[in-house]
This record gives sequence, C-alpha cells and structure tokens, in this order.
Amino acid sequence: MDFFHVLVVLLESTIRVSVPLVFAALAGLFTERAGVFDIGLEGKMLGAAFAAGAAAAVTQSVWIGLIAAILISVLLSLVHGYASITQRGNQIVSGVAINFIVAGSTVILGEAWFRQGGRTPALAEGARFQIVNFPGADAAREVPILGPIYADLLSGHFLLTYLAFAMVPISWWILYRMRFGLRLRAVGENPGAVDTAGISVIWLRYRAVICCGILCGFAGAYLSLAMTAGFVKGMTAGKGYIALAALIFAKWRPKNVMLACLLFGFLDALAIRLQGTPLPLVGQVPVQLMQALPYILTVILLAGFIGKAIPPKAGGVPYVKER
Amino acid sequence: MDNIAIELRGIDKSFGPVHANKNINLKVRKGTIHGIIGENGAGKSTLMSILYGFYQADSGEIIVDGRPITIRDPNAAISAGIGMVHQHFMLVENFTVLENVMLGAEDSQILNKGIAKARQELKRLEKEYALEVNPDALIEELPVGLQQRVEILKALYRKADILILDEPTGVLTPAEADHLFRILGQLKAQGKTIILITHKLREIMAITDEVSVMRRGEMVATRTTGETSVEELAELMVGRRVLLRVQKGEGTPGDVKLSVQGLTVKDSRGVTMVDDVTFDVRAGEIVGIAGVAGNGQSELLEAIAGIRKATTGTVLLNGESVDVTGHRDPAALRARGLAHVPEDRHHVGLVLKFEESENAILGYHNDPRYLNGVFLNIDAIRKDAEEKIAKYDIRPPNARLKTANFSGGNQQKIVLAREMERGPDVLIIGQPTRGVDVGAIEFIHKRIIEMRDQGKAVLLVSVELDEIRALSDRILVMFAGRVVGERSPDATEGELGLLMAGVEGRKEAAE
Repeated sequence: MDFFHVLVVLLESTIRVSVPLVFAALAGLFTERAGVFDIGLEGKMLGAAFAAGAAAAVTQSVWIGLIAAILISVLLSLVHGYASITQRGNQIVSGVAINFIVAGSTVILGEAWFRQGGRTPALAEGARFQIVNFPGADAAREVPILGPIYADLLSGHFLLTYLAFAMVPISWWILYRMRFGLRLRAVGENPGAVDTAGISVIWLRYRAVICCGILCGFAGAYLSLAMTAGFVKGMTAGKGYIALAALIFAKWRPKNVMLACLLFGFLDALAIRLQGTPLPLVGQVPVQLMQALPYILTVILLAGFIGKAIPPKAGGVPYVKER
Repeated sequence: MDNIAIELRGIDKSFGPVHANKNINLKVRKGTIHGIIGENGAGKSTLMSILYGFYQADSGEIIVDGRPITIRDPNAAISAGIGMVHQHFMLVENFTVLENVMLGAEDSQILNKGIAKARQELKRLEKEYALEVNPDALIEELPVGLQQRVEILKALYRKADILILDEPTGVLTPAEADHLFRILGQLKAQGKTIILITHKLREIMAITDEVSVMRRGEMVATRTTGETSVEELAELMVGRRVLLRVQKGEGTPGDVKLSVQGLTVKDSRGVTMVDDVTFDVRAGEIVGIAGVAGNGQSELLEAIAGIRKATTGTVLLNGESVDVTGHRDPAALRARGLAHVPEDRHHVGLVLKFEESENAILGYHNDPRYLNGVFLNIDAIRKDAEEKIAKYDIRPPNARLKTANFSGGNQQKIVLAREMERGPDVLIIGQPTRGVDVGAIEFIHKRIIEMRDQGKAVLLVSVELDEIRALSDRILVMFAGRVVGERSPDATEGELGLLMAGVEGRKEAAE
C-alpha cells in the first residue's frame, strides 16, 4: 500500500473515532460556557450508549435507541443541574458521582436484563445505523487522488458522523448569532449581569445543561448503535475526559473544538495503526505504549502548547445573589 | 401629588435576625437628584435592592408615578422605568459595549436585527446625553469611568426614567467624578429622576436637591440640600457629633526610618506595576501615597511588607538593607520593627473564622508571651486581647466572638490594635478606613496621628484623597506605577487630582 492510501485510511479512521469526541466536547462547550463545569460527560455518554443499546435490542429500532440515549443523557444532565444549579453543590463532585453511578449501574442493569455479562445483545442490521454512501462513490474510487477522498473520506460514514460535524457551525451560530447564545455566554462570565438584566440565571443554566445532555446522547448512541453493534461495559473508555481536554485545548471555541477533537482522534487512529508495526530506528514498540500515546500527548499539549486557556469567569461557581 | 416619581411606604425587610430596613418612608420628586446617605450597613443598598427587585420587602408599598406596583424581579423594575447602576458593575468583561447594552433587551431570537437597532439607539443616546463610547470596544479594555458610562447607557437603553446609582464615585478619579456629576446634571435637565446612594458627604452637598439620611435600618431625616450642612448630615448619620477632620499639630521629622530606592515590581504577567519608585519616610512623619486604585500602590505596599517580590531596587529599614528581590520573609521584617496594616483586611489581615483573640496575635503567635512551651497560652492570649479591646474600644467587647461577626470598623480596629501595640518603628497602612463607618474613622485617624507623635514613621496608602490630605505631612502621588509628584497637604484637590489622572505628572517628569 502506498503512502497516499495509508493516509486516506488513517484519516478515515480519524473521522470515525473523532465523532463521539466532537459531540461530547460540544456538549461540554454549552454547559461550561454557561458557567457549569461538567466532568460528567463520560458518565452521560456511557449512560446514553447503554440506553441506546438496550432500547434498540428490545425494540429492534435504531431510532427508539437514539431517543432513549438522548432521554437518559438529558435526565443525567438534569441531575447534575439540580445538584449544581438549584442546590449550588460542588460541580466536580456531582460530575464524578454521575460517572460512578453510571459506570456501575449500566453493568448491573445490563446483566439483570440481558444476562450477557453486562453487554447488550448484538444488534441486527435494522437496529443500528447504516453507512451512508454518496452517489457514485464506488465508481469514483478509481479516479486518482480525488477518487479515494470522495469515496472513502467524504462518503461512507454514518448519519451521526455528518451530524457531528454539522453541529460545529450550528453550535457556533447558536452561541454567537442567537439571543440564547449571547445570554448563555454572558451567564458564564458574569451571572450578575444577566440577573440584573431581568433574565433568570437558573433557567438559562438549565437550558444549557439540557443542550449538553442532548449532545452527549448523540455521542453515546454513536458508540453503541454505529461504531459497534451493541453496548459493552465501560465502552466510553475515557472519551469523556479526552473531550474535556479537547475543550480546554480549544479554549472553549466551537471551531477549535472540532480541530482539537480531530487531533486527538488522529493520535488515536495512529496508535491503532501503528500497533505491531515496527517503526524505523526504534523497532517494535510495545502495544501498551502506543495505546498510551494519545494520553501522553494530551498531557504534553495541555501542559505546554496552548498558552493560557482562560475558562469562563463564572465557571464552577454557583450563583448566589449578593447580600 | 403629580410630581412624585417614586414613593416608598412602610418598607420593612429582615434577613434572619438582622433587621435591615425598618418601616422606611421616602418620597422622591420627579426631575430631581435625591441623595441617600448613611454609614456602611445602614440599609441603603438593601433598600435599593428592594426597589430593583433583587429582594422582596417583608411588608410595605412601592408607588411609581402614583400607581402602587409590586416589583418581584429586576424585569418588573425595568418595565416600571427603574434603572440601576451598581457599585460593582454588572458588565460582561469580554463582551463589547453593544453586546452589554443589548443583553436582556435583544428584541428577537436572532441577533442580527437587534444589533442594528441597538447600534442606532446607542448613537441616539450618545448624542442626546453626550455619553460617547465606542460600541465595539471590549469592556475589559475600557477605563472604569467609561465602564460606568456603559452601565448608565444600559439603563437609558431600557428607557429608565428613574436612575439609581449605588456609590458611583468609589472607583473614579476626582476628574471622572466631576464628569459623572455633569452627566447626572444633564440627565436631570432632561427630566430623569436620579437617586444617588453614597457615604460621601461632599458629593451629596455638591449635586443633590434633597437628601435622606439612613441610620441602622431607619430613615432618620430628609432635608433640602441647600438648607443643611455637612456637619448636620454627619451628625444625623452617626447619631452624635463627629469631627470630620482630626486636629493635627506640626510634625517633628527625625531620622530616616524607611528608605525605598529604585523599587520596581512586576506582576506574574511581567507587567510593570511599580516603576522605579524612590522615597524616604522619617521618624515622626506621615507620608501619604495618593492615587486612583490600581496605579501600583498596592504592589508597592506589598513589596515593602515582604509579601510580594520586587524585581529590582533596595529598601532600607532602620538603615539596614532588606532583601526585597530575593527571599520574602514578612515575619523577619516584623521582628525588625515593621508593622503592616494590609489593604484587604478580609483576605490578608484577618482570618474571619477565627475568634477575635486569635486574630489579635496573628503573625505574632510565636512570641514567647503567648506560648507555653510548644503550646499556645490561651489565658495570656485572651488577656492580651481584652486589653486591646478596651484600649481600642472594639465592640462588642468579646474576645471569643468569631471575627466575621464584628462590623467593618471594628475588624479594622482589631488589625490596627495588633500592629500598633507592638510599638513598631515603621508602620505601613493601606486603606485604613475602607468600609469603616464615620464614627470609627475619627478614632482610627486619631490613632494614626498619635503614632506619628510618638516618633513612628508612617507610610499611608489610601484612595480617599480627603483622608490623605487630612493625615499626611507629605503627599506622593502615584500614577501608572510611578511617583509623579510630591506635594504638601495644603495642595488643592484640583492640583492633586490632575496628578492622579496623570496629566500634570507627565509634564513634570519631562522637565
């Protein structure tokens, strides 16, 4: 295989692994821009993946699976919202709690319902997302350079993949061109300004948290209904945290979020690709090291390469009227 | 009764055991500037927050334009034509002026149309009230005077007829404050009603038509400004006669006790906060540093006190050099006779959750007087604290009370007692009367002058120009990190004001 082909395959799998990251990081963008930190992206995604897998297995409908994913994820978001907005609790603690609850309960419920060691049953074709092929993709593959780009990079993904990348400009438009976005960004910087302008800080933050829930729902559904055929315990494998890192790396901006997710996705794809392949000069690299590579690079990138990432000023602080 | 813009009848509000507003009655006439004056904690801000819908009164009536209304939230206040300029600006710092003005009044779901309309309306308001400001500037890049203007524009954009300003001049230079007063005069001429909350008597006399005085949650008097005096208002505020300006004899400066030479301080971002500052403070003199907040006074004070590392420069304490650029050791400085009353008593000067007696020895807790071997000698500490409480008239006189439960003035006295009673050679004091009521100010000023008369060298930093002028033997003015001039306390306010704004100083430095 020549270099060009290797590159196309690598980029194709970059896109595939980036999708949940893009959804989750955009989800985090909505809440964190509104001043609610959310370390529970991981848990919401996992809960959504389980709900999607379970509902699709029972009903044999991919759409009911997707709806179940979104419902569960929004529900978990509302729990986080209730703890951190209404009860003014610690947002990190609440997020961590959600991660733990979901990690445990998905396995228990999965075992109780399906008796497959915490998995959901493998989904038949109709119960999961199918690949969307662009017209003439197969024919175009023979055209040099442009052909494989069209056939393998642009065509041949799941509906949710296209939705994920469409969500990037849509999120930008909502945040920067809509009244809701202006208010949402304001409440993350100075909730007092929003309150004195006659807008409810609490309702605004709840809406941001619900947006986060919906997007995490998509991320989870993608994992169990598109990328694989069913739920496997712990299948998010830290993607929620990577998404959080990408969000910081992107300095809370939609376009940068996409680029950061693609970068992390690329590292992941590279790690998979290089497993068992001897590298020039170093020779055979242990699989574990390759698997750790994206995380090692995450630490390095976050530690040194982004300059100062200034989070929303009111982030993590519950709003209390001054007395 | 047509000419009453707003009337409050029997407003009452409690927060738990604190009775913040007691049966308040107030009438504000249309098209006037009405001052509300009172000490910190008198209930002014609570009353205005009720008017703006931040809190609901437990009982009482609000009548706007002859109609009784309920103000359940700021929205209701806005639609009743009430606008508020808060003491701490309610602005989103990384938004533009335009975005801040339209926030909450955007008109439609999608911003584009609203932006065009807001831009037009802003231009009209700018012209009508002479309130120029670039609509596309980011708030964080504007000086505070302009930020405040944005707050006023926000209220006018929402068609406010009644404008409440809460302590508007605290962050302004004298020139900026004068400008604000001109703006307020203009607004009044256009028929707006203005309520001005302040604790500065001078402002009340300068600009209001009528003034109401609050004391301990009660509205104690309303006067026509032209028929009252500063002395009468001060007495009404405090409830007894007060000396507004303490008596002070000639100083007798002795040897140089504190010498600062070429001190430069950079902050963590590498921005120069204190720029090559040189001065001496002699025994038996008070050197005051005037300046608008944020011009390097805080950093200067902290560098001398050994809390902040200086970049270059030397400091001599009692003629011996202090390592200001290397290892910081405030405890060693204290042992060498330097006492420091920090600007921010809540974060630096006190631990609010400690009891009074613990704060009274904070920083001196290794003194053998307070120790029993490795243990604290609680009896000695309490006895010591009680002596200080008596001497400084700290109320309530309870050494075991949690410090957070003392009023601002009494907390400040706790810090002053701790630092002054050690008999230091050099005393450096930041903002001695910030958030302190008029009665306690008099006491604190007297103590500072006593320290001078005992032959101590006193370095005083304050953003209250009146305070600097009343206490200092020499005044240094800081602007943008530099000392831009030295004046005697007889210098006029206008002269000092120009220096503080950096206008005169540049010329002087150039010459």
